[in-house]
Amino acid sequence: MGLLTYGDTGWGDELFFATLMTIAVALAAIFIGFFLAAIFASFKLSKNKILNLIGSFYTTVFRGVPELLVIYLFFFGGSGAVMYVAKIFGYDGYIEVNAFLTGAISIGIISGAYSTEVFRGAVQSIDKGQFEASEVLGFKKKIYYYKIIIPQMLRLALPNISNVWQITLKDTSLISVTGLVEIMRQSYIAAGYTRDPLFFYSFAAVLYLFLTFLSMKMFNRLEKNYSKGY
Amino acid sequence: MDLDFMLEHLPRLLQATKITIQLTLLSLFFGIFVGVFFAILRTSGNKILYYISYYYSYILRGTPLLVQIFIIYFGLGQVEWIRESFLWIVLKEPYSCAIIAFTLNTGAYSSEIFRSAFETVNKGIVEAAEGLGLSKINTFFKIKLPIAIRQSLPAYGNEMILMLKGTSLASTVTLLDLTGVAKHIISTTFRPVEVFIVAGSIYLIMTFIIHNFIKFLEKKYNYS
Repeated sequence: MGLLTYGDTGWGDELFFATLMTIAVALAAIFIGFFLAAIFASFKLSKNKILNLIGSFYTTVFRGVPELLVIYLFFFGGSGAVMYVAKIFGYDGYIEVNAFLTGAISIGIISGAYSTEVFRGAVQSIDKGQFEASEVLGFKKKIYYYKIIIPQMLRLALPNISNVWQITLKDTSLISVTGLVEIMRQSYIAAGYTRDPLFFYSFAAVLYLFLTFLSMKMFNRLEKNYSKGY
Repeated sequence: MDLDFMLEHLPRLLQATKITIQLTLLSLFFGIFVGVFFAILRTSGNKILYYISYYYSYILRGTPLLVQIFIIYFGLGQVEWIRESFLWIVLKEPYSCAIIAFTLNTGAYSSEIFRSAFETVNKGIVEAAEGLGLSKINTFFKIKLPIAIRQSLPAYGNEMILMLKGTSLASTVTLLDLTGVAKHIISTTFRPVEVFIVAGSIYLIMTFIIHNFIKFLEKKYNYS
């Protein structure tokens, strides 16, 4: 347990901040994912064939290709793309893209592919009468979506959103390959320094279990809250 | 986008795909046994066995696969008595470590799939089998298992695809699977987009094959 003390001698404080980093990346990723899912779910639900195709392409690719491969694409491709743009503006040096941003975007895009399916399923499971009634009552599309469809949709989508959150949280461990110091990376550093990988990786597992346990409790509470009227 | 570049590296990536397929099939094969074993423990009615199975799947499903591989590959080698025992022959190789980690992981997920499948087997059918004088073992293998397999097909198909994607983590313990080779090519040529398109397409083709294989099985075993 001496290995986990706070301060210069132990790894307790480092691991604590690494855990915060994991939570931060996961939160950033899931919100990027929600944003993308809102766009692509509406593509998939629209009557336009081309938009349908774009939506399906997105979900098929990013749910079918390994997360690690996507991370490598953004890790190696990200700075390349930024440098290409910078070159147009006359800057010729090397630019390294922030590891946090790379991680949050790549995991966010994957998470968004799962969320897209969740959102689409939730909208489709809402009774058609709700849409028709809203139209008959003269609501504009934008307003009835915000006031009538989405609130009902959230209740139905919550258990699945909880699943997507768990997947996203666990996927953040893969960002350690880019050097971002989250739980996995910090354990790797500590394991290399102290030559005690069994302890540190097991401790990392405990930290992840703690996070998944905590988020499950929170989602259960949310679900109860959202299904008050049912 | 450079088509020649993509074609030039295609053979190497296809070569690496073999490892990916091997890892996937072996882990799924062993994983089925682990999954069925824990599903039986879970439905056995014994409280202790129930909790063993419950916590097994809780821990394996609540932690990232990467941690599990690292514990097995880097962690276990540190234990003195493991290094001196015959286990070390298996545990010093990254290949077998990866397979052990994948097997335990997919076993946890499939135990949940099989458990819920066993639970949905209609009680009347089981009672009828017992009433007709079938032994417990016969009832399990001839009645419960076939129905449960049919029930679990769609969810198990998803698990197969997740495992296929999961094998990409083998590259973190120095194995040169499809993702490992793709990363190597990217880091030496700095052309991530082209490599991603080729390697990604290979993964998507495999996903597509699994998807259709499961669909075919579902149709074949559709009794209703």
